[in-house]
Amino acid sequence: MKKRSLMLMTIVAFGYALLYVPIVSVVIYSFNDSRLVTLWGGFSLRWYAGLLGDDELLGAALLSLRIAVVSATIATALGAIVALALHRVNRLRGRLLLSGMVTAPLVMPEIITGLSLLFLFISMADLIGWPTSRGATTITIAHITFSMAYVVVVVRSRLAAMDESLEEAAMDLGGRPVAVFFDITVPMLLPALVSGWLLSFTLSLDDLVISSFVSGPGATTLPMLIFAKVRLGVTPDINAITTIIIVLVAVAVATAAFVSGRRESAGVRRTASEG
Amino acid sequence: MTDETPNNGLRTQRWLRRAVTLPYLWLLLFFLAPFLIILKISVADPIVAQPPFTPLLEWGAQGLAGLKATFENYAYLFVDGYYGIIYLSSLKMAAIGTLLCLLLGYPMAYYIARQPPRRRQILLMAVILPFWISFLLRVYAWIGLLNNRGVINEFLLWLGVIDHPLPMLYNDFAVYLGIVYSYLPFMILPLYANLERHDHDLLDAAADLGARRWQGFIDVTLPLSVPGIIGGCLLVFIPAVGEFTIPALLGGADTLMIGRVLWDEFFINRDWPVASAVSVVLLLLLVVPILWFQRLQRREQELGR
Repeated sequence: MKKRSLMLMTIVAFGYALLYVPIVSVVIYSFNDSRLVTLWGGFSLRWYAGLLGDDELLGAALLSLRIAVVSATIATALGAIVALALHRVNRLRGRLLLSGMVTAPLVMPEIITGLSLLFLFISMADLIGWPTSRGATTITIAHITFSMAYVVVVVRSRLAAMDESLEEAAMDLGGRPVAVFFDITVPMLLPALVSGWLLSFTLSLDDLVISSFVSGPGATTLPMLIFAKVRLGVTPDINAITTIIIVLVAVAVATAAFVSGRRESAGVRRTASEG
Repeated sequence: MTDETPNNGLRTQRWLRRAVTLPYLWLLLFFLAPFLIILKISVADPIVAQPPFTPLLEWGAQGLAGLKATFENYAYLFVDGYYGIIYLSSLKMAAIGTLLCLLLGYPMAYYIARQPPRRRQILLMAVILPFWISFLLRVYAWIGLLNNRGVINEFLLWLGVIDHPLPMLYNDFAVYLGIVYSYLPFMILPLYANLERHDHDLLDAAADLGARRWQGFIDVTLPLSVPGIIGGCLLVFIPAVGEFTIPALLGGADTLMIGRVLWDEFFINRDWPVASAVSVVLLLLLVVPILWFQRLQRREQELGR
């Protein structure tokens, strides 16, 4: 029995090590003065300083951020509506098709999504003359399409757990549906909307394959640039970028945990005082 | 949903019904239409033009000239044994990667599910956390570790365990490692969701009746966790088959995975009809696991209510 739990512990420790060792090693080597990955040449911030002067990289990062913010926002709005419609509307016309279309992107190989969207954009340009060129707009459209699927999943699971009596009460008191929706439903859905937005934002910021297909000359996102660089092996400036992203993610996660922790304890206190 | 005051419920419903038109049209245009186009192009002839394929419908002098379709692109896939080998190799690599993921993920999910609630949250968070850091960068991180002059090899050389570097990068081993590493959370989460629901009284009962712990696991826990196992495996297997980034960065020249071949067919050979046919066949291969997964999810949703 002892031996078995020791084995279990070893496997678990190995699993967590697997998840974190690569990340930690990148962070450490981002401060390495030497260009060689394994040789420790002393502590240095030269790769970070180098990033600041790299206009190509900064431009790509800004483009990626812009696409991520816009696509996450639109995807959250559209996804929330789809989730609500699927959850609340009885006998929705074309319900099966809608739920199929909205879950399929979750399991679709990215490479096919990218290829098929590119063909769509080319055919559209042929037929109606739009889009005239591919770039930030086409990438944003592609990202909205697959992010929406994730938002729907997140919002649906929140809806399934939500108490609808508050909305019903507001309706009974004569609230207009739109007003009730924005005053009651949206605030109640807020945690799901925020995590849906963050998920979409991350997925967009991270996407390499689909962007590569639907982008055109002149629009290089951060992942596209990184991919072009790392295809040739390890480059220390990418280590520095990774470290910056890790720090940003850590700060965001800590903030989210802090906020939701406060919200939860506030919620508990409120229900306790009400009950 | 079972509304006592149907009037109000209906008003919201009417509003939602109208609002959903926009995302509906969006998905029809940007999700469904592209697939029809891919189907169309996969039966077109490649030509040297922009776009480099023949149109499916041609308006001739005598009206609609007729459907111009060719199955040559598909025939090419099957006559040329190369693609058959790549499909098989992708399926094999995804299957082995999934199995390895299960072998590591199951014990982890099992362990997490048996911790006290507070620790459970922390351990689960630790599994999900890396997911928020760029997938591309996390795969990249392995290049520095697995290199011939990478951290692991240098460490082993320093220990004296090996006297020349182990080839760990740019081969199938690196791809398996990449799959396990990248998809581990997708395996652990459904397994955990399943294992967490288990009634420990069942195990206690089994123990009371004299079952050894190992036996209890085989007879009780394992059979009960089958839905979680299937869910986790499908969640890893489906994306792994069409994976591009992992074989492109960690795989060797001889690592045959369809995602990478498709990329090359499109970006390097610029043969769009063949690339389309390749994707249609890939989708057909994935239809069964995808439908299976969707059925599983629906059942899960019904259970959740």
